[in-house]
Amino acid sequence: MFWQISIGENVQVRLLFVLNMLTAEEITEIDHEIALVPIRRAACIEALKIVQQHRGWISDESLRAIAEYMQMSPEELDSVATFYNLVFRKPVGRNIILLCDSITCYVMGYEKLYEHLKAKLRISFGETTADGRFTLLPNACLGTCDHAPALMINNELYRNVTREDLDGILDGYK
Amino acid sequence: METPLTQHISASRPPLNLRDYEQVGGYQALRKVLKSMNPSEVTKTVQESDLKGRGGAGFNTGMKWSFVPMNDGEMTKYLIANADEMEPGTFKDRLLLEGNPHQLLEGMIISAFAIQANISYIFLRWAYKKAARLVRHAMDEAYAAGYLGRNILDSGYNLEMYLHTGVGRYICGEETALLNALEGKRATPRTKPPFPQVSGLFGKPTIVNNVETLCNIPHIVNNGADWFKGLSPGSDAGTKLYGVSGRVNNPGLWELPMGTTMRELIEGRAGGMKEGYKFRGALPGGASTDFLVDQHFDIKMDFKSVAAAGSRLGTGTMIVLDDRTCPVGFVHNLEHFFAQESCGWCTPCREGLPWTEKILLSLERGEGRPEDLKLLALHTQFLGPGNTFCALAPGAMEPLQSALKYFREDFERHINEKKCPWAKDHGTH
Amino acid sequence: MAHINIDKKSYEAKEGKNLLETCLTLGFNLPYFCWHPAMGSVGACRQCAVKLFKDENDTQGRLVMACMESIRDGMFLSVDDPVAKAFRSQNIEWLMTNHPHDCAVCDEGGSCHLQDMTVMTGHAYRRFEFKKRTYKNQYLGPFINHEMNRCIQCYRCVRFYKDYAGGKDLDVFGAHNHVYFGRESDGVLENEFSGNLAEICPTGVFTDKTLKDHYTRKWDMTMAPSICQHCSVGCNVIAGERYGKLRQITSRFNSEVNGYFICDRGRFGYEFVNSITRVQQPLIRREMVGFDEKRNLYDNLKTFFGNQNIIGIGSPRASLEANFALRQLVGEEHFYQGISENQAGLLRIILETLNSGKIHTPSLKEMEQADAVLILGEDPTNAAPRIALALRQAVRRKPLEHAQQIKIPAWHDAALREFIQEENGDMFIAFPIETKLDELSTDTIFSSPEEIARFGFAITSYLTNDVSKPEGCDETMMKRAQHIAEIFKNAEHPLIISGTSLCHEGIIRAACNIALALRLHKETASLSMIVPECNSMGLAMMQAPALDKAFERAEQGKVNAAIILENDLYTRNSKTAVDNFFDSCQHVMVLDHLHHATTSRASLLIPVSTFAEGDGTMVSNEGRAQRFFQVFMPKNENIRESWLWLDEFKQFKNGVNPQKLNESANLIEELVKAMQQFKGAETVSPPSDFRINGQKIPREPHRYSGRTAMLANVAVSEPKPPQDEDSPLSFTMEGYRGIPPAPLIPFFWSPGWNSVQSINKYQIEVGGPLHGGDPGKRLFTEEKISNLDFWEMPAQDFSPAAGEVEIVPLTHIFGSEVLSVYSAAIAERAPRPYLMIGEKDAGDFDVAEHALLRVKIQNQSFDLPVRIKKELQPGLVAIPFNLPSMTGIGWPAKGTLSKIKP
Repeated sequence: MFWQISIGENVQVRLLFVLNMLTAEEITEIDHEIALVPIRRAACIEALKIVQQHRGWISDESLRAIAEYMQMSPEELDSVATFYNLVFRKPVGRNIILLCDSITCYVMGYEKLYEHLKAKLRISFGETTADGRFTLLPNACLGTCDHAPALMINNELYRNVTREDLDGILDGYK
Repeated sequence: METPLTQHISASRPPLNLRDYEQVGGYQALRKVLKSMNPSEVTKTVQESDLKGRGGAGFNTGMKWSFVPMNDGEMTKYLIANADEMEPGTFKDRLLLEGNPHQLLEGMIISAFAIQANISYIFLRWAYKKAARLVRHAMDEAYAAGYLGRNILDSGYNLEMYLHTGVGRYICGEETALLNALEGKRATPRTKPPFPQVSGLFGKPTIVNNVETLCNIPHIVNNGADWFKGLSPGSDAGTKLYGVSGRVNNPGLWELPMGTTMRELIEGRAGGMKEGYKFRGALPGGASTDFLVDQHFDIKMDFKSVAAAGSRLGTGTMIVLDDRTCPVGFVHNLEHFFAQESCGWCTPCREGLPWTEKILLSLERGEGRPEDLKLLALHTQFLGPGNTFCALAPGAMEPLQSALKYFREDFERHINEKKCPWAKDHGTH
Repeated sequence: MAHINIDKKSYEAKEGKNLLETCLTLGFNLPYFCWHPAMGSVGACRQCAVKLFKDENDTQGRLVMACMESIRDGMFLSVDDPVAKAFRSQNIEWLMTNHPHDCAVCDEGGSCHLQDMTVMTGHAYRRFEFKKRTYKNQYLGPFINHEMNRCIQCYRCVRFYKDYAGGKDLDVFGAHNHVYFGRESDGVLENEFSGNLAEICPTGVFTDKTLKDHYTRKWDMTMAPSICQHCSVGCNVIAGERYGKLRQITSRFNSEVNGYFICDRGRFGYEFVNSITRVQQPLIRREMVGFDEKRNLYDNLKTFFGNQNIIGIGSPRASLEANFALRQLVGEEHFYQGISENQAGLLRIILETLNSGKIHTPSLKEMEQADAVLILGEDPTNAAPRIALALRQAVRRKPLEHAQQIKIPAWHDAALREFIQEENGDMFIAFPIETKLDELSTDTIFSSPEEIARFGFAITSYLTNDVSKPEGCDETMMKRAQHIAEIFKNAEHPLIISGTSLCHEGIIRAACNIALALRLHKETASLSMIVPECNSMGLAMMQAPALDKAFERAEQGKVNAAIILENDLYTRNSKTAVDNFFDSCQHVMVLDHLHHATTSRASLLIPVSTFAEGDGTMVSNEGRAQRFFQVFMPKNENIRESWLWLDEFKQFKNGVNPQKLNESANLIEELVKAMQQFKGAETVSPPSDFRINGQKIPREPHRYSGRTAMLANVAVSEPKPPQDEDSPLSFTMEGYRGIPPAPLIPFFWSPGWNSVQSINKYQIEVGGPLHGGDPGKRLFTEEKISNLDFWEMPAQDFSPAAGEVEIVPLTHIFGSEVLSVYSAAIAERAPRPYLMIGEKDAGDFDVAEHALLRVKIQNQSFDLPVRIKKELQPGLVAIPFNLPSMTGIGWPAKGTLSKIKP
């Protein structure tokens, strides 16, 4: 990305910002996905996933960098990115709590877990703790209804969760 | 009683690796197919077995395959395993994915061969992290053993397989929306016709089958169509993964003959209601099916019988509503889910579902008005099949319309008492 | 033909046609949003529900969306079915849950498709009692205003902008009931057809920002059928006026020409009419010899016409009538074309070829059917944008044929796009630099104009033995040429596009040759030539000598006075040549509506009307003669049509009273008499005495408001409206209320249909031709009348000498056209001057992007910021064509580059 600054007449300074370019590692991973599909842009969701894996979320700058690499406009990519609920277009905390709010967990009392999390972390759904430790998100059915209520933190699934369990579980995430 | 799908699945140990799977007869069906059958024979066998899609629609699987054009020479075709299990209350495919991934792979390779597809995808739900790990491992093993890749078992048949994990959205489970997701687009559904069998992924002929459906294939090939039909006493062939969740003593998942009764599931397998809870109703096959109630305890859980009782077998995983859970809150939870998961493409679903959700929430808050019930009924009438672009909104209306039928007095109590009578049992709304 | 039954009445319909389209054609008022006749069906809005019955005994039926059904013989349907009606009304209620109901302050209010459909379905009472969702609006540039809260999510905008017009920077974001249509962030909508969003959007999300600057309700305008003035395609437009200001341009449907869509230059370029640089009154330059400041205009005119050797210089942007009136005034032998010898030469070749009867030049509709396209040395997106839009549809033709094999109906846009994916038909482009259509091309050749010409001759040599292989083409070029020739031989509808933008004769000759040679293989082969201006073709057909000839004559002292018609000569030739010409003329009369470099050289400046204040006829690049009609009578009585002034000047010249001219049609009849090549031009519209039931066609809708009040500050009584003696249109609300003949449609309106969607009612079949046939008359012959053989490679070599560079003019949609740049919105989008240079040359000159280089062209020096373009060949530089600050260049041009010392 270039910014051009004019200092007086005909004197121009160009600054190159590399902060938001894709890293070599990201590009390698994206290239792998591109090779698997007949149309380059078909790999765009994979590209979003890869960059999110590395950066935690997809900033506007990341989005533009991915779009350029995928030979798409930022609009075309953002149209896809904003459709899916697990592409994070806003910053998230170090750990993401996905609390299942679907039907069996409702029956089994997820709302009590939510109340507990709200009180303990002082955040509601969609929010991040002030220290950036947790982002709390509601999530549709986690497919483990015989062990409801359930939640996921990052890649870990927790089942038959009780209010009493919660504190211990959260302690494992810094 | 035979349990072909789950016979090698045990909660106490990791899934069979390739060698163990082979030792219990794994990949024999594939060997048989590649050695002695042509694609149309495979399709015919599956068609004759009367295997019906286990994703919820219940269409004859072999018949679905038979619509794929077969004389187009070297045309690209795709086979896709729909492992985007996201129907609330449904947890059956997770078991098959985590419990015996090779069974799925073998089913996929045979199915791909039947339609002569050379590329296959497993579209796996993002949240199934363990399944992703296990499936990926199984794929590596299968590639290494020559069950995948070029010239499989020296048959001249080639098949590549890719694992694609989604990034959320219930609608991705709809087979045409899934195609758009795989193409890197917004997962809005497509119209049918043209069916994916003719114009699917990247515009090419494509079959999308549910995980459970595909897992049945090796067994049908090994044992024949008649054996499969003989597995069940009822009108639908084979076994089914049935589940029960909610306030029952023993929530779980069991492979049982098609047509097992609801009584057997709830009272037998699930051990009846928990102490202090009474049964009020159940959604028989996931969030988008109509309530069944006491009077339906003895109906057979097969496609036809459940339909005759005014509901759908769906995914076969039952969610039980007990007497200490508010039916209005229960339905509000469902409509909230469906409204959130609408793709936003067609008007009735995009605008109608949030409206029902808002009305149900206002009932829960004690702000309901008598005319709200009329508005809810109106939505169940107008969000029917054919009126919306896909089946999401009609599915969303099934629990609502049956709740209005069976639990009407509970809705009315919310309005008359200006509060939710169950408020103390739940968190605040 | 299929027989279908709707509400127990039998109808004939075309099998396989879309049901919604058929219902509309049959006159049913069936509401819809997401469907569009040019864009087909996607089934998103669910508004067009009807009942479909299994057979005549079925009383239940089921709801289907009419837009998603094909006509089948024996269909039983109901539009009036109570359930279908209730559903349609419910659907509107859903759409309106979040609509802001801000009609009173909405630009679309009263001419809004959403309003019309709401009323049509009977939805009147709102039951949604919850909060509406709201959105933030975006800045989308000078053309389009964004008001997202009004959105009903019909997806038409993105379908047009992305799928139809190839735009990249407008899309849909989010999901469920939170979908947003806009850009990724605030910014200018880049696509050249963004203005169509204002007509595509069924409500007020995307509206015309230039209209907003001087807003008036759409039915409060005086409107007339007009022809776009801003390129050679001749798109049909409607122009609307109120209080003496031109307010708006919209597309006027013509199924052969522009269909539903026009480009942004055509839509937003109109404000030159309202410009403060308009010439308001006759001006007499006092220091001119023989002119006395005290004498009045007529005395000055008498003096002027007292001169011997008066020559007339015509204009490719003036009407046939105006040019012809000038020719009549000065005499055939004193009339010059007003364009350079280079341009005149190119046009002679084009005209001779297109008029030979040996090749067909296609309408835009025909272009959309082409299955193989070659663009030789042109950039349609900038030179004739609407053609580029047609070509974007053409590349889909071949993949669409494949779709038919699996029986996807032609109207099923969603299924077709899913099936086709990114597949495109064959399109080849040869141009010095990358152009926008390259994204669709099979192969692009970046070359100098000379090489492009040679390449064209190479292609021809593979099509016919009558043309030999050109010298100097390398082997890879020859291979590519051969490949293209093979593809075109096998195409069903091969189309060659070229034009005058690069000012290169070789390219024109090559393009003509390819088309002529293809015609030997395929009767359906066609050739479309983009020419510079709205009436370039009409002027060329007059076959007058070029401007250079007038210059030569002046140099020889054989010009005493010159009359220059609607033309800035500094845009035609080098500054030195034009200066010399003016210096050698004693008296210069200029008739124009805008001040420019040439008007500043006038001794007599006559104010004339623009297209909005007068009638006229023009010939498009397709050879289609089309009439534009006066929109309003200018309050300033000084402003009159050029042809009216010129005809009156006859009396000064001849010293006799000319016969009074009542109407332009007389001029056209005289023109046809004098020049047979224009035969047919007299038929492009009904004559001025045409009446229906004794009535004229009103320019004002019956809803027009305020006419008794609008001049109340001048006079208490309502003044008599101006009389229009030149056309069958009247400047009032009174007159014939039905559908007028197609060339005379001043606006689209039908009971219950207040938006532009009412066009449906003006078509024989929805999406098809207008009742009575589309306007315009093609003047080129289709009979083989000439012995035209293949053109030879021009002998002249234009290669630059050592130390020189060849300068390529790059036409820009915004900036290169002389009238539209007077519109603020267009000027805002015009590029800054630049010098484009190849990578190697940039290296040789040691200049970086944005550094200044001095280019000397024909005694003029320009210091320009450098743009480095990878594909531009060494020895070739490019500058924007005809930007206001960069005129006075005679094309083709060479020049020298030098660095500027800081």
